Amino acid sequence: MALGIEARLGEGFLTTKLDAVLNWGRENSLWPYVFGTACCAIEFMSTAASQFDIARFGAEVLRYSPRQADLLMVCGTISYKQAPILKRIYDQMSEPKWVVSVGACASTGGMYDNYCTVQGIDTVIPVDVYVAGCPPRPEAILDALLKIQDKVRGESVLNDRQKDFKGIFD
Amino acid sequence: MTTTALQNIQTAFPDADCRENMGSVVLTVQPDVLEASLAKLKNDPQFGCSLLLDVTGIDFLTYPTPQPTRFVVVYILRNPENGLQVQVRVPVADPEKGIPSATKLWGSAIWGERETYDQYGIHFQGHHDLRRILNHWQFVGHPLRKDYDIYQGQICYETDPLENEIKARLKYNGIDDTSMAELHTEIMYLNMGPAHPATHGAIRILTALDGETILANVNEIGYLHRGFEKTAEHRTYNQVVPLTDRLNYCSALMNNIAYVKAVESWLGVEITERAKFMRVILSEFFRIQDHLVCLAANLLDIGGLTNYWYLYNQKEASYDFISRLTGGRLTTSFTRIGGMYRDFYEGWQADMEQQLCDIEMGVADSLKLVQKNRIVHDRTQGVCVFPAEKALSYGFTGPCLRASGVPFDLRKIRPYYNYDAFDFSIPVGSQGDVYDRIMVRFEEIYQSASIIRQAMKMVPEGPVFVSNVRVALPPKQEVYSNIEALAGHFKLIFEGVRTPPGEWYDGYEAANGELGFYFVSDGSGTPYKCKVRPPCFYMMGGFHKMIEGSMIADVIANLGSLNIIGGELDR
Repeated sequence: MALGIEARLGEGFLTTKLDAVLNWGRENSLWPYVFGTACCAIEFMSTAASQFDIARFGAEVLRYSPRQADLLMVCGTISYKQAPILKRIYDQMSEPKWVVSVGACASTGGMYDNYCTVQGIDTVIPVDVYVAGCPPRPEAILDALLKIQDKVRGESVLNDRQKDFKGIFD
Repeated sequence: MTTTALQNIQTAFPDADCRENMGSVVLTVQPDVLEASLAKLKNDPQFGCSLLLDVTGIDFLTYPTPQPTRFVVVYILRNPENGLQVQVRVPVADPEKGIPSATKLWGSAIWGERETYDQYGIHFQGHHDLRRILNHWQFVGHPLRKDYDIYQGQICYETDPLENEIKARLKYNGIDDTSMAELHTEIMYLNMGPAHPATHGAIRILTALDGETILANVNEIGYLHRGFEKTAEHRTYNQVVPLTDRLNYCSALMNNIAYVKAVESWLGVEITERAKFMRVILSEFFRIQDHLVCLAANLLDIGGLTNYWYLYNQKEASYDFISRLTGGRLTTSFTRIGGMYRDFYEGWQADMEQQLCDIEMGVADSLKLVQKNRIVHDRTQGVCVFPAEKALSYGFTGPCLRASGVPFDLRKIRPYYNYDAFDFSIPVGSQGDVYDRIMVRFEEIYQSASIIRQAMKMVPEGPVFVSNVRVALPPKQEVYSNIEALAGHFKLIFEGVRTPPGEWYDGYEAANGELGFYFVSDGSGTPYKCKVRPPCFYMMGGFHKMIEGSMIADVIANLGSLNIIGGELDR
């Protein structure tokens, strides 16, 4: 039975918070941009294939245009040569946007502590969730997706995300 | 065979220093006669070295025994018919002045010499496009020089516009502003990658277009350069094995085997029969895996999504077997110098047979969709044709060379691990187009399955590790109970497997082509230099020749058929 304003307006009306309805939509239809560079991208292929099936979590619409995506999944090693491109793609995505750093290389440089590898993409762009593993199993990638959904649920349209971040290119 | 080859080469080059080393002939020539010597080795029918496998440099700055010059450049050549392997060493007195370029003789020298310039700072006179390839354009210094610190990273602030390069390529193809004015049109520049879904990793393909036709193409790689070779110089021989997993990550175990095979050959370690059969079975199983991913992605890229499910699901299913055996899905690290990490588990034969049946079913399902499909035929037949002569010039090996009609396979012409005891054939293509490259891979899956079944019947019982204490870790029980084994264990872990000083090259038939390793050892347990000869690096080097004149949509079909793997391409 409808109460308060809903009762006055009649059938078909429902009151809720703006944040709740927006976040409900966002969390269940994340559109990932897969920035796949190395081995982790092969595990992402497995995550997308039918056995693990990322569609169960509403994130199967892979967008390879940053302007249409809201979840950046960095799968693989980022070298210094690649870093400005990663930064540019991040900048091209419109707010709100989230970043998952998949695997040891993206998170810390992994086993490549040398002259050409960026030691963690959080020196370039802000990261929301880190996934361990070299490469992580598809279950771990799905778990990161669930963590992002948790994060999305706590967002508010009144707050800006990540406005204080300073990376090597800022 | 090599002794007669050695005599022939010695007779043909009386002034040069000629030696035999691990199945190849090593020739040291001075820069002034380099061009003539290389030309003779290539064009003289008694040598017939029409493949330039690899070009690399060596920096002897910190080498314990003094050398005449600090830098040496090595050209590795091969005769694709009889397998003859020749290494031509050229001392470089002054890297600024450099040595003459071999680009007039082989297309593969273009990228090979660029890499040597990038990594060692050695110039090549007469090279038309000598610029960095793996490191970014704002990089200062040459990382593989011994005085370059491994941790000294350099930030790249902007990507290379490549404007001059594409203009130069247009000019080379005879197109300038006037030729476009006649057509009342303008050249359109289209940049694909390095973050593009169809580039299979990070490759940048810059094209100049007239409508949809490609007039000129320039490619940039190095986006996944992870410093494998520099890192390997800071690891013991066994510690490099996990790094090799991440070269071609679609068939990690093949890289493991190729690497330890190269080190074992130099040490003169003969591994046990069971280990040899294990390596054959696992090599062929991973060859199938690699082809499955390549075909799944290639057919997906040209619009056949269903093939992706049929083929990739079988790969996903075989992870069960691979994880049970090795403990990892993708990165296996399953070999050690002197043997295998461990034996097969109990009852592996039934699992393997089941996997093979499933794979054959998936492949048959996919073939039903592809074989008589008009759309697939139109998209692939006669597209990006690469004749045998060009393929050899650009250093193609493996399925892509065989698709061009050259039956070159190291398993046949330089058999290792009893490959001569198996009954299998080498599928070859007739045209060298995308269709042939796809079909050669399909057929190789069946051939590999047949080798596995033969090997499963023949695999003997026994240990999988040699009992040589200088190479293999002693059993844990002994390490805890006697001092000799403890000391042996300690030395192997801390110092690594000690190799005799010298230089050597060893090749192996990986899924993508000849995967070779060029080592320099200073006698310690750490490689002084470890260079990979990645098969797809040279295929990417010939990519512009394949797509110029084709349509823009063919780029995707062709790139997929070459199976470019970033980890191996850029190392």
